[in-house]
Amino acid sequence: MDRRKFLGIAAGASALAIAGSALPKVIGGGSEGGTEPSSAVRWAMVIDPSKCLKKDGCTACMDACDKIHNIPDFHDPKHEVKWIWKEPFENAFPEQENKFTAEKFKDKPFILLCNHCDNPPCVRVCPTQATWKREDGIVMMDWHRCIGCRYCMAACPYGSRSFNWLDPRTHIERMDPGFPTRTKGVVEKCTLCEERIARGEKPACVEACPEKAMVFGNLSDPKSEARQLLQERYSIRRKPELGTQPEVYYLID
Amino acid sequence: MFMFEKAVVGSKRYWAWVLSLCAVIGLGFLCYLLQLRDGLGITGMSRDVSWGLYIAQFTFFVGVAASAVMVVLPYYLHDYKAFGKITILGEFLAVSAVTMCMLFIFVDMGQPMRVMNVMLHPTPNSMMFWDMVSLSGYLVLNALISLIMLSAERKGVAPPKWIKPVILLSIPWAVSIHTVTAFLYNGLPGRAFWLTAILAPRFLASAFAAGPSLLILLAMVIRKLTWFNAGKEAIQKLALIVTYAMIINVFFILMEVFTALYSGIPEDAAHLRFLYTGLGGQAPLVPWMWTSSALALISLVLLIVPRYRHNEKILAVTCVAVFLSLWIDKGIGLIIGGFVPSPLEKVTSYVPTLPEITIIAAIWALGALMITVFYKIALSVRERLPEKAMAH
Amino acid sequence: MRDKGLIFGGLGIFLVAVTFPVWYNVAAGTTNKGPEPKLPAAEKQCVAPTETMRTSHMDMLITWRDQVVRQNRREYKAFNGATYEMRLTGTCLKCHDNKAEFCDRCHNYAGVQPYCWECHVDPAHLQRSGG
Repeated sequence: MDRRKFLGIAAGASALAIAGSALPKVIGGGSEGGTEPSSAVRWAMVIDPSKCLKKDGCTACMDACDKIHNIPDFHDPKHEVKWIWKEPFENAFPEQENKFTAEKFKDKPFILLCNHCDNPPCVRVCPTQATWKREDGIVMMDWHRCIGCRYCMAACPYGSRSFNWLDPRTHIERMDPGFPTRTKGVVEKCTLCEERIARGEKPACVEACPEKAMVFGNLSDPKSEARQLLQERYSIRRKPELGTQPEVYYLID
Repeated sequence: MFMFEKAVVGSKRYWAWVLSLCAVIGLGFLCYLLQLRDGLGITGMSRDVSWGLYIAQFTFFVGVAASAVMVVLPYYLHDYKAFGKITILGEFLAVSAVTMCMLFIFVDMGQPMRVMNVMLHPTPNSMMFWDMVSLSGYLVLNALISLIMLSAERKGVAPPKWIKPVILLSIPWAVSIHTVTAFLYNGLPGRAFWLTAILAPRFLASAFAAGPSLLILLAMVIRKLTWFNAGKEAIQKLALIVTYAMIINVFFILMEVFTALYSGIPEDAAHLRFLYTGLGGQAPLVPWMWTSSALALISLVLLIVPRYRHNEKILAVTCVAVFLSLWIDKGIGLIIGGFVPSPLEKVTSYVPTLPEITIIAAIWALGALMITVFYKIALSVRERLPEKAMAH
Repeated sequence: MRDKGLIFGGLGIFLVAVTFPVWYNVAAGTTNKGPEPKLPAAEKQCVAPTETMRTSHMDMLITWRDQVVRQNRREYKAFNGATYEMRLTGTCLKCHDNKAEFCDRCHNYAGVQPYCWECHVDPAHLQRSGG
């Protein structure tokens, strides 16, 4: 075998190996937005910002989440851990901003959380499968396995992931023994309250909202309230152009 | 261990150098213990800038490691004899640089005790998994090659035949490590700064400029301190490689700038604005980036004009300029710039902390120590050989 | 052998130093003492026979952990047909409500530091510390 031939084969073989193992997942994931959910259950969230904005300065959903999930408060935006939070419309939907944004939304806070994407980039990049998409669509995390490389944080286009830069335990006001804290050096994010869903309950934020502005439901069920809302009203999602297929919808009409 | 006895005999100057490197390593180790105890919060990184200088340095040194191919390829594929004496220097540089890369990744991990999870749960759809495969493979290849070649040299015999295909394999492998490293970044949907198909080619171009520049400088230092002379021809050929690679690198950067600015897509331009003019009142990297640009332009002139390139005194300055320029561009700007502004258009500034810088310095010192020891061994082996055996 | 005294003297000191922990425990009378975990007074039935729990509780906990977190399966069918929810805090610690006198005693004796408690909360400890 001469050198050129050898080089050709070596390069070809390694390219094939990479392509063979990674391509199906990468290409297969980028489905179009219009397809029906394939599993029996597809959890999603429909948020009505108009209802949410009725009560100025309300933080009921965030407080409920922080409390039951032992979210630490570091009093430092650089080390902040947040699962559900508020962001002005212009930051939540940067590409939707215009000079004449309707008064009711201009500079108004929108509720943000993990989008539990159908095609989650964070899952694609995780080197240990410490984060993955469940059958029912929840993008789940295994804090026992996370190595803290923070690749998922670079991959998430929504800023939904937080890292424990320091030991969170000493920064939790009231610890709830019903849910573990995290340890320093792992990434965390909203799990759509999968532990509550397992008990047949709704996510804590949904339950806590005094205006019932958040509707949690199964999009695979045509009769579910969430599905009905999406059919009747106009909704937008964050950065749909990235092909991640977010499953948190915002009703804007 | 293999030929290490040669590294423990040396002049006072040699030992002073080795011990001062060890002191830096020791300091860095103490800082790492602090990081291990308190967490990565002791660095300047944050929720929005979640990778900092550790990962940026990693990226830069993958390039230095890959650049060994620039001496290996001409020598083994084109039988370019002038590189015969320095291939081993290139391979040892690769071994040291890859080790540094692995350490930079390691110190960046939030849960270093769980590092084996990457192998326990292999995940082919993660580019990080492939990066680990390609980097460790490259380390094994280069360690094996330099060991076999050097021991053959010591015994005064021809190296075994089977090493040739291994050397040839190391050539595409070098390209792969930097390609996969680029894929770490340019496969992410929300980071416009990295989402460019020429990221891997750009990485390779800057690597083939920065790596050989370093090799030229090392060859000059060795010539000054020891009997070993890499030869004028080899250095000039390396300088030519640096010239072409640097031209291509600057060309690629300008293409990026054109695409981002002329298309006028705000999120593409925002990162460049943060780096070169400042954004949202924050401009921490502006002086760095313009220094990098100025050094790149100056070095281009000094490289392209033959009169300057042939003058070794000027060439030394040029190589420092090239290395510094690319170190700033890739070892700082490229990674930090990708995170600012964030996908939510927030501008968060990142300034490395003292412990973070000390850890980085320690990894640099370890790399320098490895180079020193490896080169010492290689030169001690050669010192005893008659000239004719040395040329293979 | 001019340095005979020095050599054997040194060896002697070395031997005493190395075996010091043994002598110390003999003197304190703790050599034959195993750990004495305090079992719950009210509850007699665990999720598996005592012998199994003693040797393999850590494997069981890891299986539970992976089942709950990764498979979303939460019910454990025990050897005696009973069903338990797979939870460390909610199930194990419900009966073994004194971690310090149960878990810690053995773990301290064996010199192991399971990292479970870096995240999972011991409710009893929480109450005491008022947190």
